[in-house]
Amino acid sequence: MTRRLWLRIGIVAVVAAVAVFYLYPPKKTINLGLDLQGGIHLVLGVDIDKALQVQTERAGDTVRAALEKKGVGVKSVERRGTTELAVQLASPQAWADAQPVLKDLPIFDVKEADQAAGRLVLSMRAREVASQREWFVKQGLETIRNRVDQFGVTEPSIQQQGDNRILVQLPGVQDPDRAKALIGKTALLEFKLVNDGASVEQAVAGQAPPGSELLYQRRVDKQTKEERRVPFVVEKKALLTGADVANARVSIDQNTSEPYVSLELTGTGGRVFADLTSANVGRRLAIVLDGNLYSAPVIRERIPSGQAQITGGFTSEEATDLAIVLRAGALPAPVQILEERTVGPSLGADSIRKGIVSSAAAAIAVVLFMLVYYRLSGLVADVALALNLLILLAAMAGFHATLTLPGIAGVVLTIGMAVDTNILIFERIREELRSGKTVRAAIEAGFTRAFRTVIDTHVTVLVSATILYQFGTGPVKGFAVTLAIGLLASLFTAVFFTRLVFDLIYMRGRRVESISI
Amino acid sequence: MLQIFVNANYDLVGKRRWFYLASGGLMLLSLVWIFFVGGLNYGIDFTGGALLQVRYDKPASVDLVRRGLEEIKLGNAVIQQFGDVQEYLIRLPQGGEKPDQLSKQVQDALAKVAGSRVEMRRIEFVGPQVGRDLQLQALYAVLAGMAGILIYVALRFHFRDGVISVVAIAHDVVVTLGALSVTQREMSLPVLAALLTIVGYSINDTIVVFDRIRESRGKGFRKGQTLGELVNTAMNQTLSRTLLTAFTTFLAALILFIYGGEVLRDFAFALVVGVVTGTYSSIAAASLVMDWETWSRARARAGGKAPAKAKA
Repeated sequence: MTRRLWLRIGIVAVVAAVAVFYLYPPKKTINLGLDLQGGIHLVLGVDIDKALQVQTERAGDTVRAALEKKGVGVKSVERRGTTELAVQLASPQAWADAQPVLKDLPIFDVKEADQAAGRLVLSMRAREVASQREWFVKQGLETIRNRVDQFGVTEPSIQQQGDNRILVQLPGVQDPDRAKALIGKTALLEFKLVNDGASVEQAVAGQAPPGSELLYQRRVDKQTKEERRVPFVVEKKALLTGADVANARVSIDQNTSEPYVSLELTGTGGRVFADLTSANVGRRLAIVLDGNLYSAPVIRERIPSGQAQITGGFTSEEATDLAIVLRAGALPAPVQILEERTVGPSLGADSIRKGIVSSAAAAIAVVLFMLVYYRLSGLVADVALALNLLILLAAMAGFHATLTLPGIAGVVLTIGMAVDTNILIFERIREELRSGKTVRAAIEAGFTRAFRTVIDTHVTVLVSATILYQFGTGPVKGFAVTLAIGLLASLFTAVFFTRLVFDLIYMRGRRVESISI
Repeated sequence: MLQIFVNANYDLVGKRRWFYLASGGLMLLSLVWIFFVGGLNYGIDFTGGALLQVRYDKPASVDLVRRGLEEIKLGNAVIQQFGDVQEYLIRLPQGGEKPDQLSKQVQDALAKVAGSRVEMRRIEFVGPQVGRDLQLQALYAVLAGMAGILIYVALRFHFRDGVISVVAIAHDVVVTLGALSVTQREMSLPVLAALLTIVGYSINDTIVVFDRIRESRGKGFRKGQTLGELVNTAMNQTLSRTLLTAFTTFLAALILFIYGGEVLRDFAFALVVGVVTGTYSSIAAASLVMDWETWSRARARAGGKAPAKAKA
């Protein structure tokens, strides 16, 4: 045998060996998609505008405080649009005094100024807005990752998608509703004083006193499971927030054996808490999460320990999840579920079974057809097909690509398409034989001439697969990947490998009279 | 030796008007059906909404599912048996106020009314915005696929061949969409994936013929052979491989359709139709090459210029 022939045998052997190496053991190496192993796929939209509005409102309080500190009377500071503040001074005379303060504002520029009316509009700087937007998404991603890690999901995937979307994939989660609640909760924790002087009736009628707001507490009756909403009037200003929480744990109340969440505040948070409790003994402190009031215990004495607790008739699951979100921190911007795809584990198992059945059926049908139609050459093509599938699966394992249900469909289609290349070559060889060429000349011409067509047909399908990959979401991407790898592999198996086998059978030694094709 | 169409010598070019008529007619019929009769049955991937696949642990009925849904005021849902009598698909136009709690509510309501356990096998929720985005993206994806192939074929062969390829692809896609419309199968993301695959695959048969035409021209015309005869010979010579390659892929797609399960059925259906249309449309496409060239030569002559030389 010539050295070139040995080299080619070597290449095929190495490729096959590497493929087997990557593939072994298959259960561990092939990464199954959520649609096959069951799990949740979520696309969350980060409501950046809402968060910017909150940010702007908070900045409004700072602006007012800064102005008042300099002795400038402020009649009102109102948010306009998403990132603008309309400031109305108490009197136009204070205009000059206000200017140095406004100049020094770190993130706002003066956009409109009406000196005669003492009115001006501040606008957040574009660069600031852009960096905030980015931060909201990055921080949201980080927070969700923390929560998922603490929830205990194996191999979750959490990624940014586009400008303001977050893709969360949780394989094998048994309770999708709980996971969704855990991930989607903003978890903004606030401590606010209850405004005992205000009339709840008036507030319910829509007339809360300035600086106060109406919040509701949900109470569920244990027996009837009926839900009641109890209104409270609380001061708008949050004295402490979730940012001041260092740790959160689930504890069980000794008397009622009801679970509650105990909070350990940070150093600063603890000092603020100590001060606020000593200054407000006898008043009620409302604990508010995402705008819902959980409890409003009366402050009996100064609490120096930096320990607080949230009660509210939780189930132990609810308490566990609440502790998780408080430890992981609040989402800087609220999120909304834009897309969800959840597959139960039993459906996934069904899909795998059907995928295996159809792959096997397609393989058997195509293999038999090639054997019957092309005989020995068909057998060579069948071996090439087997090698193709081996390479396809190994490449998926090697690149950590995910096998999805449409991906299995891609495998089945690959079975049908991979032999196309061999058909093109074999038909060409037959044609060359008919035109009177010798066996060797026909093989030579068949491979060379068919090769150009083979390349063209491969490129067109690859163009489609590439676009599909760019465009598609999870499962569809999996289809594009298997299709593309299968096609590329078929160039190697149906052309290189088949040619090698033909060379070994027909091109060596004595004259060849006939070919089984 | 088993062979088909060994010495095929059909007058395909002579009958090309019939092929044009058939292809054009089917395309027109599909368009009319899509736009005026059946429309396309867009799934939630494109419209937004929710889809729930539920499985009872004993036989149930569409009516039982509906009664369960009426409990939570979702009686307007579209309910469809899926596979056997224990499994159903529920489609809701929107996820309601709180999509994150929808599945739990449905599960509880169904279980209560039926008095049996209900398993949530699949939950899909797509927000309206995502759906709108996808509709546009899908159109772009198909157009980008066609543009990519136009460019490739134009570079490898001739600009004319690129244009004809795209016409052939458009035909295959439209007829497949027509078949989806007639059978009222759902347009979903996997079906779109099938359409894009058709874009890339259905053109293969056409390329095989184009390749052969180019090769024959390279060898030069036989004495007294017209362009039409050359194209016709090329088509006959490649007829067997065109049909054989399509057959194996058709076989694979058909098996997916039969054994792949409900989730892949529409996807496989689109592929089956696309492979078939892609095969017969290649005959019309190759004939178009001839007509285009004859036409452009005639025009060149009429313009008083020297006849354009046939390009190899």
